[in-house]
Amino acid sequence: MKRYLIVFIGLFAILVLTLAVLTPNVGQSLLLLSQGAFGDKFGLSRTFVKWTPLCLAGLGIVVAWRSGMYNIGGEGQFVVGGIASGFLAKALMGSQPIPWPVMALILLPSSVLGGAALGWLAGWLYIRRGVEVVISTILMNFVAIQILAFLVSGPLQEQAKKLPQSDRLVSGLPKFDAQTDLHVGVFLVPILACLVAGFVFYTKSGFQMRLVGANARAARANRIDANLARTKAMAISGGLCGLAGGIEYMGVTLQLGQSFPQNWGFLAIPVALLAGLHPIGVLLSGLFFAAILAGSRNLAGFTADGTVLIYVVQALAVLGFVALQVWQNKKKRIEEDV
Amino acid sequence: MDLALLLLVSTPLILAGLGELIGQRSGVINIGLEGTMLMGSLVGFWIAGASGSLISGFAAAAIAGALLSLISGVFTIRYGADQVVVGTAINFLALGVTGLAFRRIYGQSGQLLASAELPRFFGVDAIVWLTFFFIPFVWFLIARTNWGLVVRGCGEFPKAVDAAGFSVSGIRFQAGAVAGALAGLGGAHLALGVAGSFAEGMTAGRGFLAIALVTFGRWRPVWVATAAILLGYAQSLQYSLQGKPVLGVQVPSQLWLALPYVLALIVLVVLGTGTVTPQALGKAYTKER
Repeated sequence: MKRYLIVFIGLFAILVLTLAVLTPNVGQSLLLLSQGAFGDKFGLSRTFVKWTPLCLAGLGIVVAWRSGMYNIGGEGQFVVGGIASGFLAKALMGSQPIPWPVMALILLPSSVLGGAALGWLAGWLYIRRGVEVVISTILMNFVAIQILAFLVSGPLQEQAKKLPQSDRLVSGLPKFDAQTDLHVGVFLVPILACLVAGFVFYTKSGFQMRLVGANARAARANRIDANLARTKAMAISGGLCGLAGGIEYMGVTLQLGQSFPQNWGFLAIPVALLAGLHPIGVLLSGLFFAAILAGSRNLAGFTADGTVLIYVVQALAVLGFVALQVWQNKKKRIEEDV
Repeated sequence: MDLALLLLVSTPLILAGLGELIGQRSGVINIGLEGTMLMGSLVGFWIAGASGSLISGFAAAAIAGALLSLISGVFTIRYGADQVVVGTAINFLALGVTGLAFRRIYGQSGQLLASAELPRFFGVDAIVWLTFFFIPFVWFLIARTNWGLVVRGCGEFPKAVDAAGFSVSGIRFQAGAVAGALAGLGGAHLALGVAGSFAEGMTAGRGFLAIALVTFGRWRPVWVATAAILLGYAQSLQYSLQGKPVLGVQVPSQLWLALPYVLALIVLVVLGTGTVTPQALGKAYTKER
């Protein structure tokens, strides 16, 4: 518990420090930031709209990294998730509008499958061909983004054939309020966080994955198929990142364009790390970063620095977290020596 | 195919790739290469513009790159933190800091900023020439000098280096600084030589590609450089072949853009894992007590 408190205080301190350096008045900036994130229903909606993909992709990162697979390909898997649901949406787009629950039941699983396939491929390349997951997933990100760019000006382009984007989805996820963007997809986040937590901590597969991540040799010595656990973890991880893409498509963007990937797959990495790779912790660290993202829009008008604020805060947060881990390990070692 | 253009676009990749090669040979994989290049782009462009001297621009970019590598080294080499985690943070840091600094220095005027042109010899700029003379130098450094031997030892079996009386962290720091400086130079050449300007996030994945290049080129300087030119060729195809049919098929420009990455991936898959990988790559070394 103490550790979570340190992380929370540390995160806040980093935010205050960054604002102190970047803006003339820390108090005012903090106020603007919190107003932009939680001040009214617009702010709250903005925050939770960003919270959804951050957490979903963050959960994906947690599963992969827990098993020792450094999945940096959340971005590509997110994009493929969007592409998969975009294809089905185009195929289903007929004269008759399909009610959203049916649409969601078709599109979302396809986005999971799309992302999972890409994640699995990276896992397979690692166990069969020894290609480092870090490198293969990075390369796949670029490929996925270019394929999206090709599709939205090719096979998936709108009927009007004017802009490089797909047609608008008619039956997206319903919104709570006509004025704001918050959609029902947000409910999936806590549900999935609990499911992932249950899987990672209370199932045999989850245990095997964690063991492989902690010590692959020990796992193999206990007749655990490390390769199977790793590919499984990568597929689940990719599936969750793909789902983030599917939800983003069905709930927020409603169409695919070149601006569809908004770095969610990358931003989710610090979210997962700061959560200590704990699925429930992802909800909290996701909220912190989503609030900064949403609130910095309010700051942007004053300092023009808002949009890049998140990168600096995330970088410092991760480095601070690493330093904390190093310090704790050192303390533990000294205690062991005594 | 314009040879000068090909050499020009591959030079940042070669520089960053050679740097990453030296770092990886010492056992450290620098995921923050993308950010280091980007930092080099901004610092190089800024200092070259402010001082009016291209040389000081490149020098400042090299120093900035080395400093960024040393920062990540404090975490990964000195304290044994995870190299992927720290590298990711370095990328975010560079992305944020360059974005902030660029807007602070140049404002949001939207005016087209152009740098002075690099001196040219026989159609390509001086940095391209220097880079090509540098490739055999890196080979010599790694394969034929004492320092290179110790660096390789750190990557293969750090315990032996330690037993021989060298400091593994010291050597890794040195290799990291050289790697960072080269990545910074690559970034600076991208801004000053290739683009002639700076834009936020302008490295656009070249740093990541350079990391892949090292595996692609089997940790050998000449092969890495060859691979960089090959990928540079794939990249430049988009300019020369755009809109033209290849073997009777119209290939969309976006797929040309994806080609270098697909090519790198395919080569990695075909070559697979091998014994050439530095055995201690990515592993922190803690001295026995």
